[in-house]
Amino acid sequence: MEKRVTFNERWLPYLLVAPQILITLVFFFWPSGQAIYQSVLIEDAFGGNTKFVFLDNFIHLFNDPGYYHSARLTVVFSFLVAAVGLALSLLLAVMADRVVRGATGYKALLVWPYAVAPAVAGVLWGFLFNPSVGIVAWMLQSIGIEFNYVINGNQALMLVVIAAVWNQISYNFLFFLAGLQSIPKSLIEAAAIDGAGPGRRFWDIIFPLLSPVGFFLLVVNIIYAFFGTFGVVDSLTKGGPGKSTEILVFKVFNDGFRGQDLGGSSAQSVILMIVVIALTVVQFRFIERRVHY
Amino acid sequence: MVENRPFLTMLSHFVVLVGLAIIAFPVWMTFVASTHSQQTMLQAPIPLLPGPHLIDNYTKVLTQGYGRVGSTPVMMTLTNSLIMALGVAIGKIAISIISAFAIVYFRFPGRMYFFWAIFVTLMLPVEVRIVPTYGVVASLGMLDSYSGLIIPLIASATATFLFRQFFLSVPDELTEAARVDGASPMRFFWDILLPMSRTSIAALFVIQFIYGWNQYLWPLLITTKESYYTVVMTVSRQANVVDSVPSWNLLMAMAMLAMLPPVLVVVFMQRQFVRGLVETEK
Repeated sequence: MEKRVTFNERWLPYLLVAPQILITLVFFFWPSGQAIYQSVLIEDAFGGNTKFVFLDNFIHLFNDPGYYHSARLTVVFSFLVAAVGLALSLLLAVMADRVVRGATGYKALLVWPYAVAPAVAGVLWGFLFNPSVGIVAWMLQSIGIEFNYVINGNQALMLVVIAAVWNQISYNFLFFLAGLQSIPKSLIEAAAIDGAGPGRRFWDIIFPLLSPVGFFLLVVNIIYAFFGTFGVVDSLTKGGPGKSTEILVFKVFNDGFRGQDLGGSSAQSVILMIVVIALTVVQFRFIERRVHY
Repeated sequence: MVENRPFLTMLSHFVVLVGLAIIAFPVWMTFVASTHSQQTMLQAPIPLLPGPHLIDNYTKVLTQGYGRVGSTPVMMTLTNSLIMALGVAIGKIAISIISAFAIVYFRFPGRMYFFWAIFVTLMLPVEVRIVPTYGVVASLGMLDSYSGLIIPLIASATATFLFRQFFLSVPDELTEAARVDGASPMRFFWDILLPMSRTSIAALFVIQFIYGWNQYLWPLLITTKESYYTVVMTVSRQANVVDSVPSWNLLMAMAMLAMLPPVLVVVFMQRQFVRGLVETEK
């Protein structure tokens, strides 16, 4: 897509793109280059000597069981966040779409969790499940379930998933609701005349027509679970107990800043960059398809 | 709906209402906790209804901070968050609207290179390249400053894309008319394009304000002086400080204050928010 009518100026356009290009160069290309550069170096503890080690940092990483643990954990975590988040928000969206009166009101009541910072969401859920004063932990205990996310790794992971899903639910809900409302009513009516009940209509008409939105949300949610949940993890569990909630993006930060392992952390950054680029490409290809659809 | 099924409609209302109650529950408990005294919040079954200490707690947190002497008053961290959120939102909109203008309305050598250079930034969130970005900011001497908090975050492609899409949909006749009347490019930008972009700007502003306000990792890394702390990172920091006697009431009052501004923005600018959300994802 190009404009037919344009202006002829020699210097003005450069002046106009300069601020953004400058900031992109300094804060995007330079650090990304540094990450790639540092990922092939080893630096000693005092920062004095650096040695070129080629792919040693990567080989080291791939031989590190801790890295595999973190990678596997991230996959499980993002699967849980995406699956639970999509299922719940689809349920809410379908139900809200069904009621003629009140759908907009429900929408207004459901949008705000998006505005809560992930780090604050972590604090909120941590408070509810706090082993000593948390109201939900107390309720669980009174029915005989011992819930202590500070010492139990699986429960910690569960809590991080809950907080992450909560934070993302309004986003998913809005997109599902928009998708539902764009399905032509005539299709639903035709099916109803042919005698299809609500359940049949959902699975045979609504669900397939909603699948492009669903797929788009799936990719967005995976990206969110990979990178957007740092705040939730950091304010809830700090990757613990043990390493049971140390997802990859948290490990990059932990190794780089707390562990001062710049080479290893940069190698992890490079791997994460490749993952994001792959996910973004998937997302874009899909959007291309939707445009032609 | 296509047919009348009272039971199913009731069920739908019921499911949505239960969902809403569950979603609102954490915030309700936070609010309740912020209105009680410290003692009430220490024994296990904490109350489910608000108490009498609302004004006490909030005044204390706003003017003195969390308990001890020398802690930052939340007033200050709120101001920092506001500066950061406004800086990120306005900065992003300003630099991307002019670069989109240049890319759409001019033909110049290197145009496509610039376009792609901006495009690839879409792919890498700050979290991924956090360690080297910190290094760059440190070597530029921008630690502990508002410019360090704001500028590295305003390099992003989404806003440029949104404006590019919008500019491409502006009829060429307007540009022709402006040229015939002898308007310079900047005149066209200020008097025609900018007023037409109002709704896109508003939508983008809401999204970017929330993005800036909710930043956590970035301010955590580059601020060491308390006078630059933002409210979100303060809440999380305090939640993780192991105290002999935790002041849940004050912590939760702080959390309420950290949530309130972005939530109010979303609630009161809902139409722009939904629009922004849908459009930035295109």
